[in-house]
Amino acid sequence: MKKKTITSLLIILAVIICLIIAQRTLDSFSLRILNLSGVYIIFAVSMNLINGFTGQLTLGHAGFIAVGAYTYSLLIMDSDLKQMNFFLKPLISPLDTLQLGFFPAMIIAGLLAALTGFLVGAPALRLRGDYLAIATLGFGEIIRIIFTNTQSITNGSLGLKGIPKPDNFFFIKMDNSLMWWIWVAAIITVVFHLLLIDSSYGRAFKAIREDEKAAQAMGVSLFKHKVMAMVISSFFAGIGGALLASLIGTIDPLMFRFTLTYNILLIVVIGGMGSTSGATISAIVVTVLMEALRFLDQGFLGLPELPGLRMVVFAILLLIVVLFYPKGIMGNEELTWSKLRRLFGKPFAAKEVNR
Amino acid sequence: MTLLLEVKDMTMQFGGLTAVSNFNLRLNKGEIVGLIGPNGAGKTTCFNVITGEYIPTKGQIVFYISENVNGQIVSKEIDITRSRPDQITKLGIARTFQNIRLFKNLSVLENVLIANHLNVKSNFLTAAFKFPAYQREEREMREKSLELLKELGLEKFKNEKSSSLPYGLQRRLEIARALATQPKLLLLDEPAAGMNPQESIELMNLINQIKEKFDLTIFMIEHHMPVIMGVCERILVLDYGITIAEGTPKEIQNNQKVIDAYLGVETIA
Repeated sequence: MKKKTITSLLIILAVIICLIIAQRTLDSFSLRILNLSGVYIIFAVSMNLINGFTGQLTLGHAGFIAVGAYTYSLLIMDSDLKQMNFFLKPLISPLDTLQLGFFPAMIIAGLLAALTGFLVGAPALRLRGDYLAIATLGFGEIIRIIFTNTQSITNGSLGLKGIPKPDNFFFIKMDNSLMWWIWVAAIITVVFHLLLIDSSYGRAFKAIREDEKAAQAMGVSLFKHKVMAMVISSFFAGIGGALLASLIGTIDPLMFRFTLTYNILLIVVIGGMGSTSGATISAIVVTVLMEALRFLDQGFLGLPELPGLRMVVFAILLLIVVLFYPKGIMGNEELTWSKLRRLFGKPFAAKEVNR
Repeated sequence: MTLLLEVKDMTMQFGGLTAVSNFNLRLNKGEIVGLIGPNGAGKTTCFNVITGEYIPTKGQIVFYISENVNGQIVSKEIDITRSRPDQITKLGIARTFQNIRLFKNLSVLENVLIANHLNVKSNFLTAAFKFPAYQREEREMREKSLELLKELGLEKFKNEKSSSLPYGLQRRLEIARALATQPKLLLLDEPAAGMNPQESIELMNLINQIKEKFDLTIFMIEHHMPVIMGVCERILVLDYGITIAEGTPKEIQNNQKVIDAYLGVETIA
C-alpha cells in the first residue's frame, strides 16, 4: 500500500519535471497542443467514469463542457470586455459587473456543470442503453441551443471573444501559468478517478455495468449511483470546459456540437471503456495526431488540398481498433508496473523472480 | 415461533395474464421452506415480487424485524410491497438468481465485496481520498469477505475472474455474495439447477450448514426433488399461479393434486 503511494508520487513528479522541460524547450504551437492534450485528458477520463465504469452510454458531454466554458468566461471577463462583446444586446445586470479570480471561476464552472449533470441525469438515467444515449444526446443539444438563443446572457451565436488567460498559478506569477492550471487539473482528475474506482463506490459502479439487476439485489441503489457518477463526470467536464475556454480564448455555441462529444467518445473507445490510464494515453495520442496530421489536409505527395482528410485517418484508426482491439488499447484494466515489466521483458522479470 | 415474512393475498398480473393469484405465505424464523411447481407455475414471479423486482397487482408483503430498543427486543413490521430491491436487501432479504447473475468480469473477491457496499457509511469523497474511517471500513469488508469465502471453500479462487469458475462453484459464489449482505431471509432460486447428484448432495449440506451458521430462514425454489425433500421442512406447490397444496414433504408426495399437476390428469373420452 505504502509502496504504491510512493510510486504514484514518483510518477506525478516525473510528469511535472517533463512539463518544466517542455515549457522551456517547446515553441508556443507545441505547448498549445500539450495543453490541449491536458484538457482532453480531463474530458476523456471524466466521460469514462459514466460511460466506461458505470456502463451508462451517455452522449451529453459537450453540453456540460459548454456550461463550464460559458460560466467560466462570464465570471472571468471584466466589465469593459463584456461591453465590447455584448454590442447587440447588453449582458443582464448582476453578470455585467461581476468578476472573479481564475480559481473560483473555474470551480463555479465545475459546480454549475455538475448541477446541469444532475438535472439531466436524474430523469434521463431512468432509461437504459440506446434510449439513454439518445436522450442525453438530445439534452446536450438542448443546452447548446439554449446558449445560442439567450443573447443577453451568452451573446448567442456571436460567442465570447478575448477570454483572458490566468497570469498566476495560486498567486505565483509565472509565464505559462495556464499550462500549470491545466496539467494540475488533469493530474488531479486522473488521480481522483483512480482513487474513486479503487474504492467501494468504484466497485458499485462496476457492478452496475456488469449486471444492473444483480447489483440492485446486492443493495446497490441504481439511481443514486448512476446520478452520482453523472454528477462527478459533469463536474470534471465543466472544469475542463473552463480550461478549454481559457486556452482557446474564444468560444461560441458551434464549438459544443455533438461532434465534440464524439471526439471524446473516440478517445474513450480507443483507450478502453473502463480504463483511466487507457483514456489518459489515448487522449494524448489522439490530440497530438489531430494536429500532427494537419499536413494531410494541406495536400501532400502532389495531391490537391483536401480539407478533412485527417479525419479519415481517425475513421480508419477507429475501424482498426474496433476490429483488432475491440476493448481498446487497455481493455478495462489499468496500466500497472507488472504489465510494463512483462512488456519490456527479461531484465525486469528476473528481478521479480528473485524477490 | 416468530413470524419473519408474510405475504397476504398477493396477486401478480401482467396485462391479461395472471401469473400468481392469491398467494399466501407465512415464513417463521429458522424455517427452510420450499416452493415447487411445474414450469411456468409462477415460482420465480413470487420471488420477484418479494424482492421488489415487481410491484404486485394486489396484496401486501410484510417483513418483521426484531430490534433491540433499550435492552428490550421489539418486533417491528415493515410493509415492503412497494419498496425497491436495494431497500429490501438492506432490510435483510437476499436472493440468488435462477440463471446465475455474477459480475462476470470482476474477481471472486470483488463479487463478495460489492455485497458489502450497502453498509458503507463513508461518502464518495472520503472513500476516494481514503480517509482513516473509510480505510477501517474497507479493511473490515475485506476481512469479512475473505472469511465468508473460506467458509464456502472459495478462498483459493479469490483473485480469479468469477466467470472462469466451474458452474457449481459459480452457484456457490452467488450464495456467498447473498450472504455477504447479512440477510435474515435467504431466497434461493433453483440452487441445484444443472448440478449432478454429487454436487446436489454437497449443496444440501451447504444449505444446512449456512442456515445454522448464519441463523437464516430459507425460502427456496427447486426442481430437484431429492434436494427439496431432503432439506425443506415445509413445501408449497404452485400450479398456474394457484397454490394447490402446502405441507410437509411426506404430505406433498402423497397429495393427489400435486401428482396430477406434475403428471397430468387422465381424461376419459
